[in-house]
Amino acid sequence: MSESPPSPRPSVLPPPAPEHLAELYRQMFVIRRCEEEAARAYAQGKIGGFLHLYIGQEAVAVGACAALQPDDYVVTTYRDHGMAIAKGMSSKAMMAELYGKKTGCSKGLGGSMHMFDAATNMLGGYGIVGAHIPLAAGAAFASKYRNDGRVTLCFYGEGAVSIGGFHEGVSLAALWKLPIVFICENNEYSMGTPLSRSMSVEDTSLKALGYGVERDRFFADDVNLVEHRIAAAVKRAREESQPTVIEVRTYRFRGHSMSDPAKYRTSNEVEEQKRRDPLLLARRELVDALGEERVKAIDAEVEAEVADAVKFAEESPEPDASVLEPTTYDGPFAA
Amino acid sequence: MRTLRYREALREAMIEEMERDDRVFLMGEEVGHYQGAYKVSEGMLEKFGERRVIDTPIAESGFAGIGVGAAMVGLRPIIEFMTWNFSAVAFDQILNSAAKIRQMSGGQFSCPIVFRGPNASAKQVGSQHSHAMEHFYAHVPGLKVLAPSFPADVKGLMKAAIRDDNPVLFMESETLYSVKGEVPDNLEPMEIGKANVVREGTDCTIVTYSRMTHVSLEVAEELAKEGISVEVVDLRSLRPLDEETVIRSVKKTHRCVVVHEGWPYGGVGAEVSDRVQRLAFDYLDAPILRVTNLDVPMPYNAKLEQHVMPNKERVLATVKRAVSRGRS
Repeated sequence: MSESPPSPRPSVLPPPAPEHLAELYRQMFVIRRCEEEAARAYAQGKIGGFLHLYIGQEAVAVGACAALQPDDYVVTTYRDHGMAIAKGMSSKAMMAELYGKKTGCSKGLGGSMHMFDAATNMLGGYGIVGAHIPLAAGAAFASKYRNDGRVTLCFYGEGAVSIGGFHEGVSLAALWKLPIVFICENNEYSMGTPLSRSMSVEDTSLKALGYGVERDRFFADDVNLVEHRIAAAVKRAREESQPTVIEVRTYRFRGHSMSDPAKYRTSNEVEEQKRRDPLLLARRELVDALGEERVKAIDAEVEAEVADAVKFAEESPEPDASVLEPTTYDGPFAA
Repeated sequence: MRTLRYREALREAMIEEMERDDRVFLMGEEVGHYQGAYKVSEGMLEKFGERRVIDTPIAESGFAGIGVGAAMVGLRPIIEFMTWNFSAVAFDQILNSAAKIRQMSGGQFSCPIVFRGPNASAKQVGSQHSHAMEHFYAHVPGLKVLAPSFPADVKGLMKAAIRDDNPVLFMESETLYSVKGEVPDNLEPMEIGKANVVREGTDCTIVTYSRMTHVSLEVAEELAKEGISVEVVDLRSLRPLDEETVIRSVKKTHRCVVVHEGWPYGGVGAEVSDRVQRLAFDYLDAPILRVTNLDVPMPYNAKLEQHVMPNKERVLATVKRAVSRGRS
């Protein structure tokens, strides 16, 4: 049993259609700018609680969701803002949720860690590491039960691979051949603990071997590559109803959360990683394909969208206490 | 009207609901080919097939979570725990997933799921297999917790639980599975949250549920011979709790004893006591008393087990204490 090295971009991969790449770049840039604005608002005390930023990992969410149909489901962790946007939720609903406003996707009750959007089949961000993995398998179970042809993508960090929820979820999905893709966003740090001190192997996709399911592993530098590789697993799920376990090697440029100064890694390491920033790589490729002027126009659109989202969040009303009981029970309150 | 055993009433409810709604399925350990660890699901695999009666490996956290995920996207799972003791390893899925989905999503998603299985003591199964788990779960907003005592209630409430759009935890009892009772034909789902006065009396109210309803009725029968008239309120539902029926009874009898399995610290008895003292303070002629398990893990030894449980003798003595207070 050997660990497979993350594969480089294969030469056979066809270049993306320029307009498609433009859309992927636009989404990644929306996420990047939303996260930067969220960090600013957090520093100003306008966002409370925990705030886990997705900066550096955007190519995973955007590439993966590009491989889906609108009806497909996504379930993810507490680092979920980018995923919700990649699945199609509006940046306004995301930003307003961070501000705890009534117009947020979860009416200001969920906050940073709980981005849900029924309209785009975003089944949520979850705060208990690994516990959402059986939930995602449940959505896939429902698809198989109804034979509705949908696929579920389930994202988790490498920190989740040590907890029972991961193993029970993958084990049951394998046993029942559920249409699901398990995607580890391996950003090398489980909060402050590096991979080498949290797992006996470096490659989380090796866990697939014990459950007899297909696996894959690659770097997330190139959003186009992410889309292609995830699409292969999505096809396996949709056409053969077989799960896949994937490890995507990525890197978060910020700390685990806003309160984390990230002293467990050197600034040199972070700077080195930033040279592989998937957003900048996509931008460079897009400039080559469409020219600087066109990309600048996209950038300006994104800046306007994000400014709108922040303004919307700032100006939206807060929820009042009347929202509490109806969101605890469906129907009459049960005390 | 027919006479059914508790387990048969339960099975009928599940079968009828599965016949009327394809979204309903049963999942758990040994529910299919083995015919149910306690034979509750006997014959259901043959009737509905493996698509809808699903055997699981021993992975409560995994299949509880799968149930929650399936419920979120529109199915209506019945998840059987072989016993509620094993729900402890799935506690996080019930507390953090089932009970929170609706709130975390701002009301966008609901979780129409039933978790069910036998609860509390069986017979000499030791400390790890004798837990009264209802106290833990009744604490949690977002959940409903039912603990019926009689076959008719089991059937009517199970049908209601399956049709409810919230997570409903259904507490059965291994010791009640063979108890017989009259069940009306064509029973419709019962309203959740209604207690039932199962014996009328004037001197003291016993508030109880599940297996302890039967013990309390025996005690009431014995005390009647001594001229003490006991009213027994079978809660049936612990959350929501029918405080109206409880308070009406206490205002009549002026005394209240709460009887349940499980430990005294916190729990359903403490909750009932709080409501009674707040809502019927001026009507009470004696302190509210509780009869629960003693405050220790359940021992294996048969005599010690009986000693630790809220046995008939202790219930009887406690009602007498309540009644003698305030009587010259």
